[in-house]
Amino acid sequence: MASELILKYMREEHLPHIWCPGCGHGILMRDVAQAVKNLGIDQEKVCLVSGIGCASRAAGYMDFQTMHTTHGRAIAFATGVKMARPDLEVIVIAGDGDCAAIGGNHLIHAARRNIGITVIVFNNDIYGMTGGQYSPTTPTGELGTTAPYGNIDRPFDIAILAAGAGASYVAKGTAYHAQQTIKLIENGIKHKGFSLIDCAGVCPTYYGRKNKKGGAVDMMKYQRDNTITVEQAAKMTREEKAGKLILGKIAENDFPEFSSEYQKIIDRVRKEER
Amino acid sequence: MKNKVLMQGNEACVEGAIKAGMRFFAGYPITPSTEIAERSAVRLPQVGGKFIQMEDEIASMAAIIGASAVGTKTMTATSGPGFSLKQENIGYACITEIPCVIVDVQRSGPSTGLPTSPSQGDVMQARWGTHGDHSIIAISPSSVSECYNLIIRAFNLAEKYRTPVIFLMDEIVGHLREGIEIDDEQEVEIIERKMKVRPDVLHLPYHVNEGEDVPRFHLTGYDIRYNITGLVHAEDGFPSNSNEVAHNLVTRLMKKIENNVDDIVEFEQKYCDDAETVIVCYGGTARSVMSAVEELRAKGEKVGYFRPITVWPFPEKQLKALSSKVKNIVVAEHNYGQILLEVQRIVKDCKIGFVGKVDGTVITPAEIIKAVEEVK
Repeated sequence: MASELILKYMREEHLPHIWCPGCGHGILMRDVAQAVKNLGIDQEKVCLVSGIGCASRAAGYMDFQTMHTTHGRAIAFATGVKMARPDLEVIVIAGDGDCAAIGGNHLIHAARRNIGITVIVFNNDIYGMTGGQYSPTTPTGELGTTAPYGNIDRPFDIAILAAGAGASYVAKGTAYHAQQTIKLIENGIKHKGFSLIDCAGVCPTYYGRKNKKGGAVDMMKYQRDNTITVEQAAKMTREEKAGKLILGKIAENDFPEFSSEYQKIIDRVRKEER
Repeated sequence: MKNKVLMQGNEACVEGAIKAGMRFFAGYPITPSTEIAERSAVRLPQVGGKFIQMEDEIASMAAIIGASAVGTKTMTATSGPGFSLKQENIGYACITEIPCVIVDVQRSGPSTGLPTSPSQGDVMQARWGTHGDHSIIAISPSSVSECYNLIIRAFNLAEKYRTPVIFLMDEIVGHLREGIEIDDEQEVEIIERKMKVRPDVLHLPYHVNEGEDVPRFHLTGYDIRYNITGLVHAEDGFPSNSNEVAHNLVTRLMKKIENNVDDIVEFEQKYCDDAETVIVCYGGTARSVMSAVEELRAKGEKVGYFRPITVWPFPEKQLKALSSKVKNIVVAEHNYGQILLEVQRIVKDCKIGFVGKVDGTVITPAEIIKAVEEVK
């Protein structure tokens, strides 16, 4: 029997989802639903925009206004939605390849503009939909089908990237730490400017198997045993932090929000005209 | 109030767009279309609309689709390289049937080419630039007043047929300055999107009523929660792997334009009643042609011109009918021969001549006259 949360926030007729058994995306999608429920936002007022990849399929399952767009471009589509309808709560769900590789430019510029959308990254360190190629968050030395001899790229830290680009709320969650992650997503949605919550997922099928990380349970245990808080991380050296996941708020600032700033221009121009 | 103003084609296109109801513009600077973004930035807030300069061409295309999906009339403007970049998202607008207008002020290519020089090299890209089978509407203005009037039509057709419409300008028309008369109070036909009224199909965003070719709107952001996807989708808006659903969707996307060519197609022909030679031309090139035709007529030559205003769909029926009455057809276009291919496909019983150019200079009336003399 599906839970009340699922009945209300998921399109039951389109479930079960296409994600592999043990995938972390189901947990993260539930976290998003729980956050919206906790905030008491009308479903009609939520516009969920996604791009292409495993994570983007959440748009079809979640019972909001949903747009499943093109690869990497969800944030750009969402920018148009927010400008046209600032009253909508615009949420983007994106994968690591989707938002940090092909969509990297849109990510940093939306962060710079500080437009009031919330980006939730389902970050599994791999291109899952296409079968396990290394992504911009795959750690150096790990394997992917296109890194058969080990990845020599250096990975992005998407949260730090977004914060550096000017995002006014940035946090890191994990699939394992559901309660904390839900709270971080809630704070991100509530925040008026550009928010990003980088959520560590697990991909046992491609990333886990290729890199001998064990099964889904082992990968979740890894998250449980290797996650540190932002506060703990602040006191640790780079070497001590290696292999650790970070949980908590990375940045929060009161920068002006773009669509409201634009409304001020409209008001000013029209007043001067009169 | 009637105003006679001196205006550039690029500027007139913004004024027309605002008249048509454009309230959101997203763009990226590129020569020779930049004035469209600049004027939109000035004008939109004055009418309560919004302008945004996005980080790139792809993002601009995405943003106008996003804004249109929630009920705003939107436009972007670009030129050759930017038009190439927008293509993937134009395809998204095609399959999701989200209306929008894309202005392409053509310049010499390929690639960076001659950025400030005129060309009409994007005609086939306008038709087939995005991957996969799809229909499209492309309109090509020849004067500043047409930039104003035809962009209104571009918005109307976008809304009526739920399709991206390409406003295929060229550097000649974009940077041309002419006096035009703008009448603020003049009633012009403005088409708004047709909304769903039948309660039994409210939940089916892509349901098409019998006797109609286009699904009616029920906007995202209001009371019913829809899904929009670039995947093949059934009438409920959700992805489908069914071959039948795919066939029906792509066929309908093609047919909604094909079935309505008589409503969409617009063309002009002049001096054709007794003509032995007809020149086919469009956009900026038509101006040299008009001049050449008048010069030839003054000398007593039986020459006329045929000007597709909607380049896509091409006025096929009309050209076919005309070709049965004339001996020669000369295609004049600012490229290596793109509409020429279309004319060769349609016209079977005439001698066909061609005058084209790829050096970045305007085709002159003298060059057109020469081509007319050669074909005889």
